[in-house]
Amino acid sequence: MGSTNKLRGPNCWTAQVGSFSLQLIWHFIHFIISTCFFVLGLAGAIDSYLISSGLLKKYNDLNLGKLRYLAIVVDSDEARQTSKVIKLLQWLSDIGVKHVCLYDEEGVLKKSKDAILEKLSHIRLFEETDEILPLDQKNLNLELASPSDGKEAVAKAANLLFTKHLELRNTTEDHWENIFTEAQMTEALRALGCSGPEPDLLLVYGPARCHLGFPPWRLRYTEIVHMGSLKSMKYGLLMKAIYKFTLVRQNYGK
Amino acid sequence: MQHGSSSSSKFMGTICGFLRKCLFKALSAGPIPSHIAFIMDGNRRYAKRRNLAEGDGHRAGFSSLMTILGYCYDLGIQHTTVYAFSIDNFKRRPDEVQCLMDLMVEKIEELLKTGSVLDQYGIRIYFIGNLKLLNENVQIAAEKAMKATASNNKAVLLICVAYTSRDEIVHAIERSCEQKLDEANAFAGNEEIKVMTGQLDELEVPTSPSNCGVKRVKGMEMKNGNFKHVEQGSHQEKSDDIEKKHKYPFIKLVDIEKNMYMAVAPDPDIVIRSSGETRLSNFLLWQTAYCPLYTPDALWPDMGLWHLVWAVLSFQRSYSYLQKKKKQL
Repeated sequence: MGSTNKLRGPNCWTAQVGSFSLQLIWHFIHFIISTCFFVLGLAGAIDSYLISSGLLKKYNDLNLGKLRYLAIVVDSDEARQTSKVIKLLQWLSDIGVKHVCLYDEEGVLKKSKDAILEKLSHIRLFEETDEILPLDQKNLNLELASPSDGKEAVAKAANLLFTKHLELRNTTEDHWENIFTEAQMTEALRALGCSGPEPDLLLVYGPARCHLGFPPWRLRYTEIVHMGSLKSMKYGLLMKAIYKFTLVRQNYGK
Repeated sequence: MQHGSSSSSKFMGTICGFLRKCLFKALSAGPIPSHIAFIMDGNRRYAKRRNLAEGDGHRAGFSSLMTILGYCYDLGIQHTTVYAFSIDNFKRRPDEVQCLMDLMVEKIEELLKTGSVLDQYGIRIYFIGNLKLLNENVQIAAEKAMKATASNNKAVLLICVAYTSRDEIVHAIERSCEQKLDEANAFAGNEEIKVMTGQLDELEVPTSPSNCGVKRVKGMEMKNGNFKHVEQGSHQEKSDDIEKKHKYPFIKLVDIEKNMYMAVAPDPDIVIRSSGETRLSNFLLWQTAYCPLYTPDALWPDMGLWHLVWAVLSFQRSYSYLQKKKKQL
C-alpha cells in the first residue's frame, strides 16, 4: 500500500506540472493572438483614415444599388450608448443608405426610440404596414427590432396558422399542406407586424460575430460582417464593409 | 529507394500525429466547443481551378470532410453538423443533383462497412432535413445509416440534406400543431370543437424574461382564410381564458424548439463556412443566435487543421462573452 502511495505521489506531481505547463502554453498562444489582433486593429485604423479622407479612390463612389436593406445588430450593453447609435445612423445617412434595421437582443434600442428620432433629421420610422420599401429619397427609413420580432413572433405566427387550420378544418378537405408552407408563415408574420424585408447586409457591432437572435426568418441570404465594438466604430471601416458587400455575387444555391 | 521514401513519409506522419496531439492537448487547456457546424462551400470552384470534373470536386470535398471530422473528434468535439445539400440546391442542373445523390449513397455504403471511421470513433449519424424530398434510394440509405449507428454514443454527426432553416421552422410548427391537436383530443375525447368565429382578440403571449413585460398582438381578423389587420380591440382576454374558449392549447416557443430537426443536438458553438462567403444561406438560422460565424477563404477541399485550430482559438477568445449572453436568456 505504502509503495503504491509513493508511486502515486510523483505521478500526481508530474500530472500537476504537466497541467500547469499546458495552461501556460495556452495563455501564451492567446497572448500571441491578442497581439496579432491588436496589430490588425492598428492597420484597420490606418485603413479607415485613408478611406474616410478620400485617398483610396475606389471607396469614393459606392454603388448602393445592391444594398436595398441594411441591418445592424448592436450588443445591448453597447446599445445603451445612444449617442454612438445616433452617430452611426448619421454616417449611414451621409453615405446614402436609405433603409436600416437596428436590432439588439434586449430591446434597448426600441426603448431609446424617441431619443434617436429626436436627434436626427431626415429620419422616418419604418411603418409595420409598409408593403414595399418606400422610395423616399430624402429620409432614412429606420426599423427597430428586438427578440419579440424574432423567435417570439414565429411562435405567435405558429398560433395563427394553427387557428387557420382550425377555422378551415370543417370546410375544405386536405388543406393541411396548404397552410403549413413558408409563404403562409411569411404572410402570418406580416399580419403580426413582425415582418420587415430581408436584409442584404448585416453589420454586427459587438465583441463576437453572432446575430444575437436577429429574426431568423429574415436572415436567409444575408451577408454577416463583424465590425468590432460600437465604442471603436470608424467611418472608413463602415464604408469598406459596404464596398466589399457590393462586390459579392450570390448563387442562391444554384 | 521507394521503400525508404515510404518509411520516411510514415515517420513524418507519426511525427505530425504526435505534434498534432500536443497541439490539441494545449488547446484543451481552454474551453473546447461541444458542437461545430460546417458549411462545405467551394467544391465546384476547386474542381474548376484544377481542371477536374465537377464530381471530382465533390469527392475531394468528401475526403476533406473525413479528415476534418477526425480532427474534431480527436480534439473532443462531440457534435459535428455538416450542410451537405440544401433544398435550394435542387435548383441545380439535374445531372449534377443526381451525381451528388449517387455520391451520397456511395459514401454512406462505404462508411457503414465495419472498421470504418464510424466504428472507430463510436459516431452516431443523423440525417437532418426534409428527407421526403430525396430519391427513394437515398432515403433508404439514410435510414439504414441512422439505424446502424443508433447504438453509438461517443460522438454525433449530423448531416443536413434537403435542409433549409425555413423548412425546418415550418416543419416544427406543423409537428407542434399535430401534437396540440392530439393533446386536446386526448383530453376532450371525440367532442367536435366549435369552429373559431374568426375574431381573435388580443392574445397575451408569455414572453422570455429578457423582454419587457408581455407582448400583445394587434387584433386579427380572418376573412376568407386571409389575415387582415384590424384596429386594436378594446376587449382583452387572459391567455388561459382564450385557451378555454378555443379548447386547444397554444403553441409555445418551447414546443417549436423541441420539434426542430436539430433538437437532437445542442446549439452549435461555431459555424465555419469555407471559401470566404459571409452568409448562412438558410442554415441553422434559428440555432446560431450566440454562435460566431467564421469564414476562412480556403475552399472546402483545401480546409485543414490550421483552419479548425484558428476557429477553436477564436471561439475561446469570445467564450466568456457568449457564456454571459447565454446566461442572460
